[in-house]
Amino acid sequence: MSDPARRLPTRASMSSGSDRVFQYLILALASVIVLVFVVSLYLLGVDSWPALRQFGVDFFTTRTWNPVSGTFGAAAMITGTLVTSFVALIISVPLAIASALFVAEYAPRWLANPVGYLIELLAAIPSVVYGLWALFVIAPVLSRWEQGYFASPEKIAIYTACKNIWDQDRTTLQCFFVPSAFDGRGLALAIIILTVMILPYTASVARDVIRLVPADQREAMYALGATKWEVISRAILPYARAGIMGGVILALGRALGETLAVAMVIGDSQDIIKSIFGGASTMASVIANQFGDAQETLHRSSVVTLGFILFFVSVAVNLLARVIIQRLTPKGVK
Amino acid sequence: MSTATSARPQVRTGLSAARRAQNMMMGGLILLATLLVVAPLILIFVYLIREGIDAVNLDFFTKIPAPEGETGGGLLNAILGSLYMLAMSSVFGVLVGIAGGIFLAEYPRHPLMPSIRLVSDVLAGIPAIVMGLVAYGLIVLNFGFSGFAGAVALGFLMIPIVVRTTEEVLKLVPQAVREAGLSLGLPQWLVTLRIVLPAAAGGIITGVMLALARVAGEAAPLLFTAFGNPNVNLDPSKPMSALPLEIYRGATSAYDENQRMAKAGALLLIVLIFVTSLLARRFSRKV
Repeated sequence: MSDPARRLPTRASMSSGSDRVFQYLILALASVIVLVFVVSLYLLGVDSWPALRQFGVDFFTTRTWNPVSGTFGAAAMITGTLVTSFVALIISVPLAIASALFVAEYAPRWLANPVGYLIELLAAIPSVVYGLWALFVIAPVLSRWEQGYFASPEKIAIYTACKNIWDQDRTTLQCFFVPSAFDGRGLALAIIILTVMILPYTASVARDVIRLVPADQREAMYALGATKWEVISRAILPYARAGIMGGVILALGRALGETLAVAMVIGDSQDIIKSIFGGASTMASVIANQFGDAQETLHRSSVVTLGFILFFVSVAVNLLARVIIQRLTPKGVK
Repeated sequence: MSTATSARPQVRTGLSAARRAQNMMMGGLILLATLLVVAPLILIFVYLIREGIDAVNLDFFTKIPAPEGETGGGLLNAILGSLYMLAMSSVFGVLVGIAGGIFLAEYPRHPLMPSIRLVSDVLAGIPAIVMGLVAYGLIVLNFGFSGFAGAVALGFLMIPIVVRTTEEVLKLVPQAVREAGLSLGLPQWLVTLRIVLPAAAGGIITGVMLALARVAGEAAPLLFTAFGNPNVNLDPSKPMSALPLEIYRGATSAYDENQRMAKAGALLLIVLIFVTSLLARRFSRKV
């Protein structure tokens, strides 16, 4: 840092005053970025203050979200967001890495480019369009299965038993997988569509970093007589793990904040999750579904608080990604 | 790396059957997974064409939606609203975005550089709906629902995308080009504006197009800002409709006709987005 600093004065003295004006102008415009961030933080903070003052830490742990009685606790939505995001992540990461490997390692060039492009287009499809497709195409399929579940008397007996347990606000492992709704909408559909939506983020990052793995790394392993899969699993993936992890975190960030597709299919229930086929809600879906109708200050403030939480979570995820990438990058890799 | 030592390749003429089988199996699984990943794209596209193409006719582009329960009508209000808001948001988003990119790439030693880059990165990850809430608090609370508020929300989303691509593209311009300009006695700002920016124009345009394609499909930040409007409205101080908003309302509506319009709108939207990103790609390759 000291070197360039010593060079600076000479250049500054040579350059005209117009340089300084331009620099201030650019700096002023660039500062708008920081301003947007600060204003967001301020507005969200001010608007969520009434709810936070009223409920305090209980806001995060209370299960009741009842606009009529004016009790707001976000435990159900926080769980909903975490469950949908992490399950979708767990399903999508292996698929995404596999497709990245296909594009970068297996496919011939004439096939690799189009396939890579298709995966990028997947990321370009808007959330509402995913939601529409899930609602009109996947939901009926799920719904048919859910209705078929009740074809036999013993299944109905299981359902009745579970219904009792659910009514006591509890669930069991078995009941968690018993359908509680029949229209296809619910947690399961939200997870499915979220999985599809976050796939391309991990996939394209993983493809880029796999392509950056030096050829030496592969050739050294091949020279030892390794098969292609052995090269991939022992020479390529370990080398690229930092970048891939970056892509995974990026996808996690997307999943946590994904709104409309989830809001359209998740069944909008503010109860705590009791069945994977039942209605649920995420923080983002509650904002989309309720902010417009929220009239009372406390309700509105509680919805904004959900946005405030999402704001912090996405900032934290971003910072976490930096740390992970730094930690995991093998020595000597730029 | 204990697994690596246990399976250390030995000098042998052929591969063991187990290793060969594992290799084949993993290759097959990878192919299968790739098909699974690409399938939704094709399924969605085919579905929208099959269900939506009928509704894409002259009326679709020239009429406003029919009243609830009636047939016919189009999405003129949404198409114009989307274009209008995108134009407004890019004035703001592109100006700040490019300036931010210039700042990050051309003033790397400025003490504020690392913090502005960090904030820009962080901003890129904030969910669109949260930006909608911010635009609501900033503008709607003071001036009511309006196309302008929607454009501001979209602009907030564009900024970090444009910043990142601009910075990356500017860094690709060789240092020698800048030095050549400086050695002719040009002040640094002229070098940036007249030499570096034009050299990077192709990449910057690509970045702007990708940012537009990205925000054109956002409905979440418009829900409480632009709000939607059943009529054509070109007054930015009044509520405005947008394609993604109409798709959202139509898809969640109980009326068949609204659902049909939503599918047609979705078809139009993804075709526009695909064409934009294709063109953006072409553009960056040519320059």
